[in-house]
Amino acid sequence: MEALDGNAIGGLLIEVFGAEMTTTRGTCVHCGAEMQMAELIVYLPAPGTVARCPTCKDVVMVVVDKRGIKCVDFRGLAMF
Amino acid sequence: MAGATVLGRLTWQVATVDEVVEETPRVRTILLDVPDWPGHRAGQHLDVRLTAEDGYRAEREYSIASAPGEPVAITVERLDDGEVSPYLCDELRPGDGLELRGPIGGYFVWPAQDGGPLLLVAGGSGIVPLRAMVRHRQRSGSEVPVRLLYSSRSLEDVIYRAELDELGDSIEVVHTLTREQPPGWAGYARRVDAALLGEVAWPAGDGARAFVCGPTSFVETVAGGLVEFGYPPRRVKTERFGATGR
Repeated sequence: MEALDGNAIGGLLIEVFGAEMTTTRGTCVHCGAEMQMAELIVYLPAPGTVARCPTCKDVVMVVVDKRGIKCVDFRGLAMF
Repeated sequence: MAGATVLGRLTWQVATVDEVVEETPRVRTILLDVPDWPGHRAGQHLDVRLTAEDGYRAEREYSIASAPGEPVAITVERLDDGEVSPYLCDELRPGDGLELRGPIGGYFVWPAQDGGPLLLVAGGSGIVPLRAMVRHRQRSGSEVPVRLLYSSRSLEDVIYRAELDELGDSIEVVHTLTREQPPGWAGYARRVDAALLGEVAWPAGDGARAFVCGPTSFVETVAGGLVEFGYPPRRVKTERFGATGR
């Protein structure tokens, strides 16, 4: 599966957070790396959308669509 | 105001296809009339949604091909096993409706006031958001020096070829044709790698801003090469696209 980046989920992030998020900065809770959301490694076609830290590759966010409702597991990114 | 959209919320709306321009045998530009368009910045994209008769929906992101102030346009490459692009490339006609939302994205954008010099590196249809930046530069009267390195499989696959040829001396356009070259081709004929970047890119000390768009492997090679070449990572903005989608 080919990885994309956080640009590809700009629309999804607006749906979830209600604002443009690709330039929002965050810190990976696994490795401490700082990044902008656009720099996340993103896998789209899985059962859900999976975003990984560009530095340590650990999962920072999972979004699953269940009958039109977005279920967000925002496990690994502290935003500031 | 009645009917106004809440600021910051993206809403789906139906645009009307105004015109279709065939760019290459596999690529077309679709000019759209979007009644409620708030305006966009060069490099942003929009989401397109198709709904089948049985209610099945497919969404894809497409870079906006036009400059701020121009009518909204997207340029679509036909992927044979795609769910959305064959419809957009084969079926869609002027006058048809198309559901979309946007503009989206604030990272891979270049407002002219950010200055340069600019290094734009495109692989295949990765040229689309960079074309919006080039047109924005021309329309805004910016004199920022621009080098555009554009990798295509063959001359026939070069999107916006005539438009890029007509830029003349104002922008340096460097083509590389990786798979097939016409007889007498004097340009580059190999994949973009660190050595080619070394020949084309602005020296790292010039403070250039780089925008790299293309397939994932292309983007990673180019971005890695530029950082190796001395570009600070924060000056290298990347956008990857793939054949896969939701």
